[in-house]
Amino acid sequence: MALHKSKRSLPVKEQIQRNINRRKTGFTFEKCIPFLLLAAAIVSVLTTFGIVITLLTETFIFFDRVSIVEFLTSKKWYPFSETQGSYGIMPLIAGTLKVTLIAVIVAVPIGIGTAIFLSEYASDRMRRIIKPVLEVLAGIPTIVYGFFALTFVTPILREIIPSIEIFNAISPGIVIGIMITPMIASLSEDALVSVPNSIREGALALGSTKFETAIKVALPAALSGIVASIVLAVSRAIGETMIVAVAGGSMPGLTLDFTSSIQTMTAYIVQVSQGDAGYGTTVYYSIYAVGFTLFLFTLVMNLLAQYISRRFREVY
Amino acid sequence: MKMIDHQNISLRLKGRRMKNQFFKSIFFVSAITGLAVLGILLFRVFSQGLPHLDWQFLQSLPSRKPELAGVKTALIGTIWLMGVVAPVSLLLGVGTAIYLEEYAKQNRFTRFIQVNISNLAGVPSIVFGLLGLAIFVRAFALGTSILAAGLTLSLMVLPIIIVSSQEAIRAVPRDLREASYGMGATKWQTIARAVLPSALPGILTGGILALSRAIGETAPLVVLGLPLFLAFLPKTIFDTFTVLPMQIYNWTSRPQAEFHAIAAAGIIVLLILLITMNSIAVFIRDKFQRRY
Repeated sequence: MALHKSKRSLPVKEQIQRNINRRKTGFTFEKCIPFLLLAAAIVSVLTTFGIVITLLTETFIFFDRVSIVEFLTSKKWYPFSETQGSYGIMPLIAGTLKVTLIAVIVAVPIGIGTAIFLSEYASDRMRRIIKPVLEVLAGIPTIVYGFFALTFVTPILREIIPSIEIFNAISPGIVIGIMITPMIASLSEDALVSVPNSIREGALALGSTKFETAIKVALPAALSGIVASIVLAVSRAIGETMIVAVAGGSMPGLTLDFTSSIQTMTAYIVQVSQGDAGYGTTVYYSIYAVGFTLFLFTLVMNLLAQYISRRFREVY
Repeated sequence: MKMIDHQNISLRLKGRRMKNQFFKSIFFVSAITGLAVLGILLFRVFSQGLPHLDWQFLQSLPSRKPELAGVKTALIGTIWLMGVVAPVSLLLGVGTAIYLEEYAKQNRFTRFIQVNISNLAGVPSIVFGLLGLAIFVRAFALGTSILAAGLTLSLMVLPIIIVSSQEAIRAVPRDLREASYGMGATKWQTIARAVLPSALPGILTGGILALSRAIGETAPLVVLGLPLFLAFLPKTIFDTFTVLPMQIYNWTSRPQAEFHAIAAAGIIVLLILLITMNSIAVFIRDKFQRRY
């Protein structure tokens, strides 16, 4: 009441003025908000520019010292040799592709099999068990997978193939395959679930078995989504770091041998970062050149996945 | 004359049915593989690590002797890191989501931001490490500090928070907004007092999941040059530090089996932390998420 009274006691003119002032400050605040929010939104754009610009500038400094022709065509990667250092990216790409190939061989059948089981066969109860397990698998930190590759998968492989080295391409490949399986499974399942049931029922009514319906009707209809999920998973496998850094070794080589030590692009960056290659040395800039190559690889894969899922989608 | 060859048909049908059964079991096995791998992984980690996991392990500084080593510096470093990543990434992420959902006009620039965010989500984490090394560690001269690492990881998880916040904001029904406008509220008042509170569970769930991505991440921190071995605790966000995944990486990359055992113990600590955070996220999602 006291407050009410004191307000009343103000002259009317002053009261109006106060209200106007208050509205004005509210108004300017209201006007500022979109710009503050826009500034937040710009940060993500700046991040992209930041990535591209830092990678480009440092890579250019690298190409000042090492010719781009050598980088692309030399078959040797000996960055640490002082007398005859050789910077050919091909062995690192070979290592990355070897690991990725094995990951795909592991992940594609299991991932698509899981997706078909979840969307075509599984009861609600099964789905409620399997889907959270996939989420947990997708959320496990990659260093844990690396530990698993080195201390579990590699010893088993050495029992089966005695000639295999401790560090090899197969063990991290298998474990990366396990890591990307949930991604393929859940994205492919989304694609399969979005195929309308009426087509399935049509196929079943014509007398096809569930398997025939899944393979000849549902799978082709969802193919664009499934292929896109595989491409995205490949991009993840190419960029995966800790598993290969722990279990893949550090011997880049341009061979088709999967049983000996390799080095991927990501593992090389880790190796240099851990060592004491000083700021400003050629080795320091080489990680940006390698990082840029890696960035291009994954960018192309991501754009390809977007293109596939947009261009080839069957719309019902 | 026989029109229908019953024998032949039933034979073919039997074959097709068997094929169906066979592939059903194949698909089932592949679906179970994930469960099996998770089981083996957890069993291996727990059987190796549990004997080493005790109060002493949580209380000890890292050491060159495996029996004396502990995760104290790493655990506290991880908590410091969360203290930087959570506010920075939430503020930027939710701000971006509000802008895109409530303020942005449907034009080329908005579409560009949206495409940019989805591409950013596909950039490998190690590339964010290279960005952080050039910008935060070198250009801003923050060194291998908690702040530099926190900002790097915030940028990395930003797309996750933006996308989940956008979905949460989009799920708020129009009625709520219109009622608020009808009462004379301004746009910002409507957003702050009507839209955000009802989108909050979704935003928090996404935020916690993003945070758990950040604290499980190793690669960008290795690239930043964080020390693998650190025997003192950070005092401010400008101090250098180490985190659980780095400590686990350090122990895993040593050849001795004793260090692998304590790496497993470190993994148990990390997994317990992550499972706790994910449970909180699921709890919030199930408890507070309103369906309209």
